[in-house]
Amino acid sequence: MTTDDFAIKVDKVSKAFKLPHQKSGSIKNALVGITKGKRGYENQVVLKDVSFEVKKGEFFGIVGRNGSGKSTLLKLLAGIYTPNEGSIQVNGHLTPFIELGVGFNPELTGRENVFLNGALLGFNRSEMQALYGSIVAFAELERFMDQKLKNYSSGMQVRLAFSIAIRANTDILVLDEVLAVGDAAFQQKCFDYFETLKREKKTIVLVTHDMSAVKRFCSRALLIEKGDIKIIGSPDEVADQYLFDNLNTEKTNEPVTNESLKPQIKSLQVIAKSPLKLKNDKSFDFDVEYELNQDLPVYLGFSVMHNGVSALEHNSKSVNLPHSAGQKHVVHYSLPLNTFNTNAFKLNVTIFDLKNKQPLGYKVDASSFFVTSDDPTKGGAIFSQGQWSIGT
Amino acid sequence: MTKQNKALLSELVRTDFKLRYQGSVLGYAWSLLKPLLIFVILYVVFVRFLKLGDGVPHYPIYLLLGIVLWNFFAEMTQQSLGSIVGRGDLIRKIRIPRWIIVLSSSISAVINLLLNLVVVAVFMVINHVDVRFTIVILPLILIEVYLFALGISLFLSALYVKFRDIGYIWEVFLQAGFYLTPILYPLARITNLSFQKLIMINPMGQAIQDARYAVVTDQTITAHRLFNGGPYTLIPFAIILVLLVGGLAFFRKESKYFAENI
Repeated sequence: MTTDDFAIKVDKVSKAFKLPHQKSGSIKNALVGITKGKRGYENQVVLKDVSFEVKKGEFFGIVGRNGSGKSTLLKLLAGIYTPNEGSIQVNGHLTPFIELGVGFNPELTGRENVFLNGALLGFNRSEMQALYGSIVAFAELERFMDQKLKNYSSGMQVRLAFSIAIRANTDILVLDEVLAVGDAAFQQKCFDYFETLKREKKTIVLVTHDMSAVKRFCSRALLIEKGDIKIIGSPDEVADQYLFDNLNTEKTNEPVTNESLKPQIKSLQVIAKSPLKLKNDKSFDFDVEYELNQDLPVYLGFSVMHNGVSALEHNSKSVNLPHSAGQKHVVHYSLPLNTFNTNAFKLNVTIFDLKNKQPLGYKVDASSFFVTSDDPTKGGAIFSQGQWSIGT
Repeated sequence: MTKQNKALLSELVRTDFKLRYQGSVLGYAWSLLKPLLIFVILYVVFVRFLKLGDGVPHYPIYLLLGIVLWNFFAEMTQQSLGSIVGRGDLIRKIRIPRWIIVLSSSISAVINLLLNLVVVAVFMVINHVDVRFTIVILPLILIEVYLFALGISLFLSALYVKFRDIGYIWEVFLQAGFYLTPILYPLARITNLSFQKLIMINPMGQAIQDARYAVVTDQTITAHRLFNGGPYTLIPFAIILVLLVGGLAFFRKESKYFAENI
């Protein structure tokens, strides 16, 4: 390995914050603290002995749950925070985007903000003058540039900020959750920008919650958990581990299940019978257990949810379910997973009145499961059953 | 300074200037009007009513120059004090050299000073003040005051990140400094020689008196005259040097943790 093929080298970095017990930065408190011999703050360790390297030209993903330390790591890479221990070497010019439109001032006009923001990105006035036309055209804001920024809609502000940001001429980009804002059209612009960056062989570090973006763009990724690196590896490996970990922690906090029952229903339970992580050549089996307060013909329905969208639904109208009151009934369902791809899924179950088809009770996030597949050529939530063939 | 930093500095100064008089009808004119109005008040009370300046030639100019220099010092230190905290949004989200922020707020104060000096020049012409060759040392005195204010600004802006009390403390300090510096009164009015010497150890006292000597009248008690050119003459400069070096070191050390402490 040559010495200069890295873009960022993180060596045994630790970071802790002193959190005051009582938020007040005054001299009196400092004095009182000293005289009482109490320090009045807590040392919160956010990163512990983290080491890794980002190579030149890599699209490197950093993922982790909220509070895992990934934002701190990002700010350390960006040179905004200083590590307590260890060192970070950056080989080349690095530009961080922690947020779009940093330094935007609502009292300045769009035009003035473009120049200010450009200066923060390292452009001087004549360079900005040359870029100005294309920035405004890309943001589609020609008519608004002499208005104050406070009169812009938030969408217009984001468009302007993004339009400036993509001009940044730099070797290494550090991006944080830029994808989280904006509508679908804007996200598409972001994705196009990422593709461009990849083609230009720029080094990119992306911090995100969006596992599909990780799988789509990253060449390598890192999963961080409680200030430690859990794994560094291929984006698929990291994204799958992240999704699986999320499922598990949701399981341990059981009461997130959202339940609502009408008086006719005494109870509605869903019990998973299969392991929660399974390959797509298996079936996911579960029982639905219900008890009625009055004798009433009912039917069940479930939907398998993926990212908040129903991927699959099935109701039991074709079956006569037992409906005597005062006794628990159990219904079993076996869901073959051969149509599912690697991803996390959730199960919503609803019980309906057979006569008027009105819901009597439901359980949202009644269970969740994680599917894995062996076929790396297939992506998305649904496992394609199609075939490629050459010619017509 | 790199090309990027220069561009950033000029853009920050521009923004400061645009935003300062945002929404006021007279706009930039206020940066001249404010010291002029204060001057008029002080002139009426201290020169007309109390006759403090009797015996000093061109006392109104003498007074105006002192006020302008002191205002510059007060404005620069007060603006710099809050500059790091005020730009917290930048510091927490982007990597820019922290000192640029202090420098940009100091430069807006310098611009104001230069505008005010134009007013002083106009009054000098109206008052028929003879311009002597000593005026050439005025730029050096201005640089001295700037460096003094810069050293203090570096300390204050870094301290203010952790202790917001500094804002109030510095206000009181400035108020005390205004009266302990011979701005309103000629130094000769203090009859106790030890007190005179004590006052002239203060770099602002020394600088204002030197500026008056250089620009308005040679009948000014300068530090050089007071200490007979002895080693005490150097004390104000030593204070400035210590503050500047100490301020730079302190600011450098603290600036690593600005982002997390703001």
